[in-house]
Amino acid sequence: MTLSLISARNLLRRKGKAAFILAGLIIGVATAVGILTYVNAVASDIIHKLEQYGANILITPQTESLSLGYGGLALGGVSFELEEIRQSDLARLEHIPYAGNIAAVGPVVLGVAAVSDQRILMAGIDFGVSHILKPWWKVQGNMPAKNEVLLGADAARVLNLKAGDKLPVQGALMPVSGVLAHTGSQDDSLAFVHLEDAQALFNKQGLVSMVEIAALCKDCPIAEMVDYIAEALPDANVTAIAQVVKTRMEMLGHFKRFAYWISAVVLFIGGLVVLVTMMGSVKERTSEIGIFRAVGFRQRHIMKIIFLESGMLAFLAGLAGYGLGLAFAFAALVAEADGNPVRIPFSWETAAGAVFLAMALGLAASVYPAFLAAKMDPNDALRAL
Amino acid sequence: MSYIIARDLNKTFGLGQAAVKAVSNISFEIASGEFVGIMGESGSGKSTLLGILGAMTAPNSGSLVVDGIDIYGLKTEQQADFRREYLGFVFQGFHLVPYLTVLENVMLPLAVMPLGKKRKQEMASQALFRVGLAEKASRLPGEISGGEKERTAMARAIVNEPPILLADEPSGNLDSKNSAQLMALFEKFNASGMTIIMVTHSLECAGYAKRRMIICDGRLKSDCFQAINAA
Repeated sequence: MTLSLISARNLLRRKGKAAFILAGLIIGVATAVGILTYVNAVASDIIHKLEQYGANILITPQTESLSLGYGGLALGGVSFELEEIRQSDLARLEHIPYAGNIAAVGPVVLGVAAVSDQRILMAGIDFGVSHILKPWWKVQGNMPAKNEVLLGADAARVLNLKAGDKLPVQGALMPVSGVLAHTGSQDDSLAFVHLEDAQALFNKQGLVSMVEIAALCKDCPIAEMVDYIAEALPDANVTAIAQVVKTRMEMLGHFKRFAYWISAVVLFIGGLVVLVTMMGSVKERTSEIGIFRAVGFRQRHIMKIIFLESGMLAFLAGLAGYGLGLAFAFAALVAEADGNPVRIPFSWETAAGAVFLAMALGLAASVYPAFLAAKMDPNDALRAL
Repeated sequence: MSYIIARDLNKTFGLGQAAVKAVSNISFEIASGEFVGIMGESGSGKSTLLGILGAMTAPNSGSLVVDGIDIYGLKTEQQADFRREYLGFVFQGFHLVPYLTVLENVMLPLAVMPLGKKRKQEMASQALFRVGLAEKASRLPGEISGGEKERTAMARAIVNEPPILLADEPSGNLDSKNSAQLMALFEKFNASGMTIIMVTHSLECAGYAKRRMIICDGRLKSDCFQAINAA
């Protein structure tokens, strides 16, 4: 005979009340787990989609020469005649804090090339990361191989070239592998070649004019990343494309805050259900508590019985609520996935958190009923017999 | 020296004009091993007096000393310890916990004692054996008769072998046969040295007590000693 046996037997006897408390806690925990799981899944998806916007950090050489607009952004002194960034210095980016959050590093060599009687801004880039840095690109034709060129839409129109034609660049003929669909950016006026080709063409071996970086910033402050990159490359200007980053973080922040508030409200209601039901249970058990006190149970023994009961129910509710919450989140995501695969990873931390949350809620809501039960005058309780 | 010493006990319920004096200036002494019957009409204050003796109803004034311990000088939790170590209760309405078996009901006072599971079961089985209910150990209270319930309550009261047994109208819900069996048990426990204080309005039951006190309107009217063989 132990106090836990008394608690367990009482729960089995008062199944209706136990089920009511269990339901209150399960609904609270399941709602919290469901909402947070759903929000996290959606947030990850949003981040993934936001990454499609491409580069969000630009590295340019420190220079006092004329600035050059690029992509609608003032780059602040991109110099392609005097100052450059050493390509070998970019290896330092692999060792900065948050290096794991860097999705792609895209060095760019810029130069003006003479094409027939025209002059064209030519950009040497790493086509291996262009799908991350410029995911909006649509190419009519193919991406360029070595010694081939990809023309922007306006450049192709002005030069009257199409995929398969040849572009005479500084005395050599470069095959046009493809033409970019109209982007609405300065890319439309450029000719793109492989980085190494541009470096050879402009005699800038080992140098780059600027660097575009796509950073995944779900868990990192972009401003800090900019600072760390600036530390790693002291001779360069590092600029965050603030608006994109700000939008990303604000969207996530609003979304999560809303989810936390909803969860808190539902949990509060669950706590009230436990409180009210436990109060009723204590009043119903007045005579029983009188017997316990008469045979020598201390006040803390009475409190322990109440806490054991709510603790047992809360533990079960935590497990069930976690499972149910995952199921809710999964169902909601499947309903919105339009047939795309949905994956909700099992997390021991979240499961433990759900159980801890349920137990904290159940025990907290039982404090007052347990206190009332313990303070019950044994003689008054026995009079109720 | 007397085992239980009550001095000028007073207990009033309510305030002002609604105040009811349940116990008024009651003093007595009880030696260890006595079997005392407290008699009186309904509302005479005898159950209140038993509550005071049971460390559950604090008197407004007066003192109660048991085995040298000033009971109402103790803190609430210490009074609970006193009840567990010194007292066994038998109530009129049995008052068993309905969701515990007969054996578990008997083990109830042991639940908060630092004893092993096996030892607790041995003590409870022994107590059930003493009241003749060993074979009903696994039954629930709802599955046994009124007399058996009373004997279960009796086993619960003596399971930790307390020196004092307090009984409040123990035969109130029993027929004469079961009542006689219960009184025989009281006599048996008293013979083994247990001090018994029994509140009753039954003359028949009071006849088993070696000493009777009569209470009327909260006052002790008579405290007559009755030698074992005097009747």
